[in-house]
Amino acid sequence: MLQNGSAVNNGVNVAALLDARQALTNAPEAARFKWRATCNWVNGTHSRSTVSSFYGLGGEQMRKVEFKYDCDHPEVFASEDNGATPVEMVLVGLASCLTAGVAAVAQHRKIQLRKVTAHLEGSMNIQGILGIDADVRNGYDGIKVIFDIDADATKEEIAALVAQSQRRSAVFDIITNPTDVAVEVR
Amino acid sequence: MYADVVIIGAGHSGLAMSAFLSQHCVDHVVLERGQVANSWRRERWESLRLLTPNWLSRLPGHRYDGDDPHGFMALPEVIAFIEHYARLIAAPVRTGVTVMSVTERDDRYHVITDADDWFCRCLVIANGAHGVANVPPAAARLPPFVRSLTAKEYRRPQDLDDRGVLVVGASATGVQLADEIQRSGRQVTLAVGEHIRLPRRYRGRDIQAWMETLGLLDQRIDHVDDLVRVRRLPSPQLVGAPATLDLNALTERGVELVGRLEAVRDGRALFSGSLRNQCAMADLKQQRLLASIDRWLEQNPYRLEVPEPDRPVATRVPERPRLWLDFKRIGTVLWATGFRPDYSWLHLPVLDAKGHLQHEGGIVGAPGVYALGLNFMRRRKSSFIHGAEDDVRELGYELLAHLDALDVCDQPPSRLEATGWNLVEASFVSP
Repeated sequence: MLQNGSAVNNGVNVAALLDARQALTNAPEAARFKWRATCNWVNGTHSRSTVSSFYGLGGEQMRKVEFKYDCDHPEVFASEDNGATPVEMVLVGLASCLTAGVAAVAQHRKIQLRKVTAHLEGSMNIQGILGIDADVRNGYDGIKVIFDIDADATKEEIAALVAQSQRRSAVFDIITNPTDVAVEVR
Repeated sequence: MYADVVIIGAGHSGLAMSAFLSQHCVDHVVLERGQVANSWRRERWESLRLLTPNWLSRLPGHRYDGDDPHGFMALPEVIAFIEHYARLIAAPVRTGVTVMSVTERDDRYHVITDADDWFCRCLVIANGAHGVANVPPAAARLPPFVRSLTAKEYRRPQDLDDRGVLVVGASATGVQLADEIQRSGRQVTLAVGEHIRLPRRYRGRDIQAWMETLGLLDQRIDHVDDLVRVRRLPSPQLVGAPATLDLNALTERGVELVGRLEAVRDGRALFSGSLRNQCAMADLKQQRLLASIDRWLEQNPYRLEVPEPDRPVATRVPERPRLWLDFKRIGTVLWATGFRPDYSWLHLPVLDAKGHLQHEGGIVGAPGVYALGLNFMRRRKSSFIHGAEDDVRELGYELLAHLDALDVCDQPPSRLEATGWNLVEASFVSP
């Protein structure tokens, strides 16, 4: 922790987050969010997703810009490699969620961050998705995250940051715990 | 029937309040659904011992003075301790009286029981923090051939069949039950969520002694950052025995650690992939507590003669923790997923949307109603036997003030005879 009293700034508005926490404690309905994505097939395994609106704080919310994400598969899958594979997008989601959490928790604990890098690797036996072995699952059989963090903090304080960011991470929860998924055609 | 004060529950905290009220000549009655110390008699497993050492076992005017101050009371000793206290203070206990309902009527509380009905001006809710065993919704999806048992119902390993046992929850209750069931020869799988790891002893002293020395047991609710969170904290992994009982000890005995039980689906239990982080967090928190003990020793001018730091090793998590378990291997699921107080009989506007009692340090949001013995109610020690003393004294004076305020123009219909029992004289009476 900084001992000299200078202001810690990780670019996180903790006061606003704490205000939101207080406000949403008293207004549980406003805390119900719906996150959305729309995906259009382009060609082959190439697809393009867009993200713009979401629902929250009791109403529809719209972003200033629409975000676009191309997904495809690499050439070794006989694809054109127009973007990251969907399973890599999952890693992106986890990495971004944990990293944002590290920044927020660090700000709250008055720890100045200088550099945070997360390296992610998910291991997968593709005999599952290829239907070769019914005992092999489709998804990752494990994900490893390694953080390199340069900050004004002890090793233990940094470990506690990373632990707390997992504890409060939506994507960590989504990946580690079962989620009910309903897929329909209309 | 009328009493100025009705105390619900003749456990240690209800009796401590009774002692206080007798000392101040306040007309009161203690209603007890069973016998004195009922939940200790009927709702605990056989091998249970108190998590606090004997020297810490005290109630107002009464403390342990046997020959094993560093031992831990077994269940019959706890019952005897509380029973003796009830006799010592001549508590006006009506046993075998179950409270069915409490309502407000004409500025009085109306207590309907399966025996007499009572009216009172003050109500003390001392029916315990462990009235109902929490069971997660997943329990409803267990296959029919699996026995579902709560920690309140469990008595001894011999009552279980020989198949594997899934113990859900790794706090004080879960680790103790996992340990004794594994020792009985049944394979235990232990589902581990958020937990608090504590060594039984550190640097030659019991951890409770350190926590008392550091002032942690006396820590008050206005000295914690997030009261809601600390009140929800699970009980530390402790056992009333000289040795530490942590996840590493259980792993050595053959217990398999898995993540938090998240769902039951297609005849399988599904476990969270968060085991590593749950253990990492518990390790970090434990190290912080032990570091604060080391710091205290360095700073304190009156140093105790203590051995060097003996920090416990990190929790060993399986290389690839199991994510699911087929119930074909399991005979019993044992829910050690915490407890909550039973307020099903309490028909006053004092419960929030989730059914939690709304109170400020035990002062409930209805005039003259007080709670006792809840987790971190006024202090960290509030739910412990030794925690009753300070809480009862403070809430007791609140109660007296409330009665006096009403007494200005209205004498209560009856007063108990002064018992003659003096709190100070009795302070070192042996059990």
